[in-house]
Amino acid sequence: MNGEAPPRPLDYLTAQGTHALEVLPLTWGVLIISLLVTAIISVLVVSGILLRRVPSGGPIPPVARTGSGMRWIYIGVGLSTIVLFGTAVWTMRVLAAVISPPAEPAFTVTVDGRQWWWRIRYHETRDTPEFITANEIRIPVGVPVRIRLTSTDVIHSFWVPALSGKTDLIPGRINETWIEATAPGVYRGQCMEYCGWQHARMGFVVVAMEGAAFDAWRASQVLPASEPQNAAIAEGKRIVMTHCCACHTIRGTEAGGSAGPDLTHVASRLTIAAGTFVTDRTTLEYWIRHPQRAKPGNRMVDPDLDLEATRLPAAYILKLR
Amino acid sequence: MGNPTDDPWWFSTTDHKKIGIRYLYTAFAFLLLGGIEALILRVQLAQPNARLLSPEAYNQLFTMHGISMIFLYAQPILSGFSNYLWPLLLGSRDMAFPRLNALSYWVFLAAGLFIYSSFLVGAAPNDGWFNYVPYANREYNPGPNIDFLALGMILLGISTTVGGINFVVTTFKMRAPGMSINRMPILIWGTLTASVANIFVIPVVSLAFFLLWLDRQFGTDFFRVEAGGQPLLWQHLFWIFGHPWVYAIILPAMGMVSDALPVLCRRPLVGYTFVALATVATMAIGFGVWTHHMFVTGLPGISLSFFSGASIVIAIPSAVSVFAWIATIWTGRPVLNTAFLFFASFIVLFVIGGVSGFMTASVPVDWQLHDTYFVVAHIHYVLIGINVFPVIGAFYHWLPKMSGRLMSETLGLWNFWLMFIGMNLAFLPMHLTGLWGMPRRVYTYGESFGWNTLNMITTIGAFVFAAGVLVFLVNVFLTLRSGRRAGANPWAAGSLEWATTSPPPPYNFAVIPTVRSRYPLWEHQLRDTPHRSEPYRGLELAKGHEALKSSTLDAEPQAILPMPHASLDPVLLTLGLAVLFVALLVHGWWVALGSGLFILGVVIHWIWPRAEFGSREPPEEEAAHG
Ligand code: HEC
Ligand SMILES: [Cu+2]
Repeated sequence: MNGEAPPRPLDYLTAQGTHALEVLPLTWGVLIISLLVTAIISVLVVSGILLRRVPSGGPIPPVARTGSGMRWIYIGVGLSTIVLFGTAVWTMRVLAAVISPPAEPAFTVTVDGRQWWWRIRYHETRDTPEFITANEIRIPVGVPVRIRLTSTDVIHSFWVPALSGKTDLIPGRINETWIEATAPGVYRGQCMEYCGWQHARMGFVVVAMEGAAFDAWRASQVLPASEPQNAAIAEGKRIVMTHCCACHTIRGTEAGGSAGPDLTHVASRLTIAAGTFVTDRTTLEYWIRHPQRAKPGNRMVDPDLDLEATRLPAAYILKLR
Repeated sequence: MGNPTDDPWWFSTTDHKKIGIRYLYTAFAFLLLGGIEALILRVQLAQPNARLLSPEAYNQLFTMHGISMIFLYAQPILSGFSNYLWPLLLGSRDMAFPRLNALSYWVFLAAGLFIYSSFLVGAAPNDGWFNYVPYANREYNPGPNIDFLALGMILLGISTTVGGINFVVTTFKMRAPGMSINRMPILIWGTLTASVANIFVIPVVSLAFFLLWLDRQFGTDFFRVEAGGQPLLWQHLFWIFGHPWVYAIILPAMGMVSDALPVLCRRPLVGYTFVALATVATMAIGFGVWTHHMFVTGLPGISLSFFSGASIVIAIPSAVSVFAWIATIWTGRPVLNTAFLFFASFIVLFVIGGVSGFMTASVPVDWQLHDTYFVVAHIHYVLIGINVFPVIGAFYHWLPKMSGRLMSETLGLWNFWLMFIGMNLAFLPMHLTGLWGMPRRVYTYGESFGWNTLNMITTIGAFVFAAGVLVFLVNVFLTLRSGRRAGANPWAAGSLEWATTSPPPPYNFAVIPTVRSRYPLWEHQLRDTPHRSEPYRGLELAKGHEALKSSTLDAEPQAILPMPHASLDPVLLTLGLAVLFVALLVHGWWVALGSGLFILGVVIHWIWPRAEFGSREPPEEEAAHG
């Protein structure tokens, strides 16, 4: 479903979402104006120097008031003012167009920032109860989704450049934004407000899917975790229940902690540790054995498990799809 | 008999020139420290997933880099130039309050050392230079890191405020007879504007840091969300200060260019009045744009529009200055020395920093640009382009005045090209790094984002730039040791500082000059003023013991003020403050009380009325024709 990874996942000179597409021409517009202004001024400065310079080595010429030069200011400032006012008007128009979604959003997702991951709550809709997940938001293509933003600790910022600009997650406050993808795909998101040690590794993904696939995904997320199918997995589950349940919730088991991401369907997510690693056996084993090496300073302590003992919980977790 | 500002001890001088030079040395030292920090950061970022620095080490270094450059270098270096040059430009004996001037320097030094001492305990500030809460709150930042910054910033605020008051009073009261405000050099306008702004906004940020310190030490709830505090309050308080501060650290630098560029173009500045007004206008509008640092915090659309509009409009006064400089080049005869290269290239760097600022002023675009490396590129074009380049150019231009020796032009060319190429190699591609989405303030990044090559280029550029700074240091060192003699006026310049010897005598001018135009030393060539200035004839005040006080707008002589003698009060007061702040840091309440009493004692001694400070009327005939 995710196809080729884009060469620059956070590039915002291209766009795949209604919000971002609306802003993109303005971005290019002011960028081109800026490049032109820089080019013009550079040419003026360099050519002025070359044309007017005193031959090197010559004596310092006397001062003279040659020409008032005021016309430079009148013309230069006049033109600049026109361009600036034009840009201001264009800015206001784009702002008005994107400040609220083009249609009533299909549903609401609350994103709660934590040092250094994202807790994600899908609000209940007419046909689905609410559920909680982490670090990955799935949305249907072609409909706006309302995103409510808040934080449990410090300020973070929610940004999926291909879909929309950023909005801060501020503790004690709820901000709102919206996203709408125009094409299916995996869109990279990133925390953009400095939030401490692992600000660098506080990413997430937005997966845009066709409507039917999205509905199927949502139906599967509501279910409790799958039961172990064999003895090894059951042993893995036992270890997880003893070592991990203080911090993680796995619905349908006794694990009900809330300091870390909900793991009920963690294996169905494309990445772990807030967009840091692709979800597979190797990364999961590494993560479970040495979370502090994998993401120094993060709030999951290194569990006291040897190499063999990390294989089993990893195997269990991989079944949590 | 010696000069009144002569110091019996090195610590007691109140001579604005010595203080200015100390400012320059100290600020430059912080520039070098901040530069070393930057290079370490750049090594870490040269490649993806590097492990040179731990996240915490990176965070402390990037924070100290910003604090060093923005608070301990950029403003103080300009204070250094202004301190040194102001009385010379104004035809005055000294600043209005020489002892306050000394205090301002010593407290700055103390604040810098205070903040830097955090490295000794391995707990440097780690929340970036704008220090957002709640990350700066005790819950998330239990070490002393933020306390060093909070108290250090309050201390630094004292320095900047008394310095600002001194500059304002000096402008309005200490100008040579005839230097009406429409004849003041633009540097005076720049520093005056910056100082007025600082007097208004420093109390805001000092208060903010004080409240934060109370939150952290005594559990008050100004910024603590759990108790109903407001994280956004911090951002408003900080940026109400922070944005004017950005102008405070560029307007004086722009002023130096506006004064020196015409000298090297062999003509008066084009559009003097416009440039002076633009300086003031920039700051006036600059008070109304602070929320453009907060466009992504979820403000309502209407205030977004307002601040977006104001942030776009603020480019107009900048355009005035830019076209005035270009016109000065086009209608002049530029002499291509090193200083000129720095000033001319500054125009281009200024424009690049300006247009990237213009892009961020457009709210919807800023929602993408904000907190990416695009903004990092922008701030470096502003700070290096509009502060460092004019400053280095100013050294080439005015160090001959300060030292009596010319800097080497050969080394100057190396210096310029290394810095110019290094700067653009490092920061021009960085705009693209930002447009491709790299977040600022990350200690590392994954290899699959497409930023690898760009970051390597930036790191190389940073080292090239550093090499340029090194050449500059060598050049200064050689100049001071064995540079060619400069003479009083090596550039055949027109303003008053070039009327006296290089270096100037302790009393600056043997007589108080009389001014009849903007360029007193050019009148014989320009021949467009009915009366001639008298740079070498005028009031002869008791061998520099006295200074002239003049009227605010037209600089008519009003009174003759005795100059205070060298004094140990400033340095003692600073010692008291330093002990007080260290005591507050470590909760030594008794020591704090003791140092408070000591401070009180010094202040009383300082302001104790003394007969020798009485002023007298200026002599009749001088006052009459003034
Ligand atoms: C002290 C609390 C704590 C304990 C105990 C703990 N974790 Fe975690 N765990 C976290 C936190 C916090 C995160 C999020 C880390 C981050 O990305 O910054 C996390 C993340 C994870 C993730 C990645 C989830 C995702 O969607 O990114 C997995 C998988 C995981 N933990 C498994 C385990 C297992 C297995 C155990 C027991 C061996 C365990 N954890 C024990 C706190 C804990
Ligand atoms: Cu963050």
